[in-house]
Amino acid sequence: MKNFLKAIRLTLVFCVVLSVGYIGILWLFAKVAGPNGGNAEIVTLNGKIVGAAKVGQQFSSNRYFWTRPSCAGDGYDATNSCGSNKGPTNPEYLAEVEARIDTFLAHHPYLERKEVPAEMVTASGSGLDPDITPQCAFVQVKRVANARGMNENQVREMVEKAVERPLLGLFGTATVNVLKLNIALDEATK
Amino acid sequence: MNTEILGVILQIVLMVGLSYPLGKYIARVYKGEKTCLDFLKPVERWMYRLSGINPYEEMDWKTFLRALLVVNLFWFVWGMFLLVMQGVLPLNPDNNPGQTVHQAFNTCISFMVNCNLQHYSGESGLTYFTQLFVIMLFQFITAATGMAAMAGVMKALAAKTTKTIGNFYRYLVLSVTRILLPLSLIVGFILILQGTPMGFDGKMKVTTLEGAEQMVSQGPTAAIVAIKQLGTNGGGYFGVNSSHPLENPTYLTNMVECLSILIIPMAMVFAFGFYLRRRKLGYSIYGVMLFAYLTCTAVNVYQEMNGNPRIDEMGIAQAGGSMEGKEVRLGSAATGLWSVATTVTSNGSVNGMHDSMMPLSGMIEMLNMQINTWFGGVGVGWMNYFTFIIIAVFISGLMVGRTPEFLGHKVEAREMKIASIVALLHPIIILVGTALAAYLFVHVPQFVANEGGWLNNPGYHGLSEMLYEYTSSAANNGSGFEGLGDNTWFWNYSCGIVLMLGRFVPIVGQVAIAGILAQKKYIPESAGTLKTDTATFGVMTFLVICIIAALAFFPVHALSTIAEHLSL
Repeated sequence: MKNFLKAIRLTLVFCVVLSVGYIGILWLFAKVAGPNGGNAEIVTLNGKIVGAAKVGQQFSSNRYFWTRPSCAGDGYDATNSCGSNKGPTNPEYLAEVEARIDTFLAHHPYLERKEVPAEMVTASGSGLDPDITPQCAFVQVKRVANARGMNENQVREMVEKAVERPLLGLFGTATVNVLKLNIALDEATK
Repeated sequence: MNTEILGVILQIVLMVGLSYPLGKYIARVYKGEKTCLDFLKPVERWMYRLSGINPYEEMDWKTFLRALLVVNLFWFVWGMFLLVMQGVLPLNPDNNPGQTVHQAFNTCISFMVNCNLQHYSGESGLTYFTQLFVIMLFQFITAATGMAAMAGVMKALAAKTTKTIGNFYRYLVLSVTRILLPLSLIVGFILILQGTPMGFDGKMKVTTLEGAEQMVSQGPTAAIVAIKQLGTNGGGYFGVNSSHPLENPTYLTNMVECLSILIIPMAMVFAFGFYLRRRKLGYSIYGVMLFAYLTCTAVNVYQEMNGNPRIDEMGIAQAGGSMEGKEVRLGSAATGLWSVATTVTSNGSVNGMHDSMMPLSGMIEMLNMQINTWFGGVGVGWMNYFTFIIIAVFISGLMVGRTPEFLGHKVEAREMKIASIVALLHPIIILVGTALAAYLFVHVPQFVANEGGWLNNPGYHGLSEMLYEYTSSAANNGSGFEGLGDNTWFWNYSCGIVLMLGRFVPIVGQVAIAGILAQKKYIPESAGTLKTDTATFGVMTFLVICIIAALAFFPVHALSTIAEHLSL
């Protein structure tokens, strides 16, 4: 019983130190130094908030670059992050990938099958992946340029500018943030 | 060279390099020697006084364990109450409801035993209040419980002959204030700067470029992510854990988070060597663990970078490896690395979906948890290895015809019995649980259908999903093949029981062995002593672990992961 009382008091002390103290320090730090005062970082177009910088969005219009397939809710539901959790040999899953390849090719008729990047037909872990690989962006250039009536080279240059290189140029992957790229496109054709 | 592989190498080098000084520091903390954080002493004194604790009261191993178990019992009551009531408690801007009793039972136990298996989704299953006063609180104090137990074991083994093994409460408080809290603050600062949210504003509503409405869940993420990585907890803020772009926004945060998983477990092994002034023993144990870790990493990184052969057959470009369930900013190599780091320790956080990884990667992940001794959870991982050292000492003693001794103490029947029970309990609870679930699945389909059908994948992979769940529970890991529909009556209760057995039986057994050994008469080393700090003994321990822990699982892997691999 003596132990139990100590346990209760010690737990309350830990609540003060951790749930209040530790949280308070980080909360204050985020207010001062965080990219958006402790909230998710945002991006704007013409002064209007159009999304969270690090959270992917669904794109279906030909005027935009597309993000990866998503299993979060109905697609890119940022209150319901989720992967497909399909195993690598699941026949239902493989059929789904096959169907996505066909759809992708239908929208990009100029591509050969062996040019379709696997990233564009497999679902991401979070269902909110904001990025695609540079290759995934390059294969979409022609479709976007045609839909916008822009010069293909001009769009390609914008993609090249949007490529974020690996950390220090040495570690990790090169990525393209789709939302930022699409905002840049909208700004260029305003 | 491939930048993804360079990233993996850098992370491993950093882990090993940082764990050495940290190990030295941890040994000093538990010994009560001078450290650079001594300015915290007044805070600690205040904590002891408010809790009515005398930190200098020495405990024998039974008193030590009683204090440990009682405080855990209270945490269970605390957690159950708050989780069920969370709907009407403050800090609930999104109006999430209270948890059902069977769900709260599972959640509470899972966090109490430092496992963080999650049968709910972070965005909707908890409120800010329970995230902070149950989840995050438990992530600190249960990690500290494991470290305190290890500190007690070290003290017992360091002494020639002793009845007492230190003060549990003191170790508990020091683990928090001197180790977990400062490191969590550093990691938290980095995460915030990189864009992880840390606020209380509730969901953010945005209108997307295409005009749709998107709600973005956020909250005090950075604080929880830091400690869930460092305390080998693993319970994420969001449903998909560290694959979520707000929980793990960049490659840099991924490196920091992955590092945080292993740094304390690795340092603990060094700490043991420094604490006992037997550095060579510390190094040889570290060597065995690192060897196992690197081997597993090589397999998983290769498997994931190599991609899914079934997708290759479709004739598309799979340059980035198997990307189902992975994020582009992290890539397949970093996800392979993480999957090993999180399963050799009892962390269980993920940065990609394990359910969608290649079958052999899944096998390595499960084997790591089934063996459960390569670095392991903070504190408790090293103690599992200690169990196998006792067994290895005994077997090699018999082989060479010497009295089995460890650190100057005779290993006798009582310690061996405890060690064997601890070593065998692990495969038993995993295999019995899986067998029961598989039996129900086949023979009582009505029951399974009422629970939503459980499995997300057919065939061999379905068996893997069930095996993984019990493995993860028994190892107090908490990762999952998340395709398993596990928020049901059956899984919540059965996993809850496995979780408790998997945590408390080993912790009690290992502290008891150390306590009993420490009371024995000290025998000085002589020419007849079996040396335990040599490479030969390291290999011996490795083989004992492989034979006892790994081989028990071979048949079930043959039916699940290996079978799936061969069908690729």
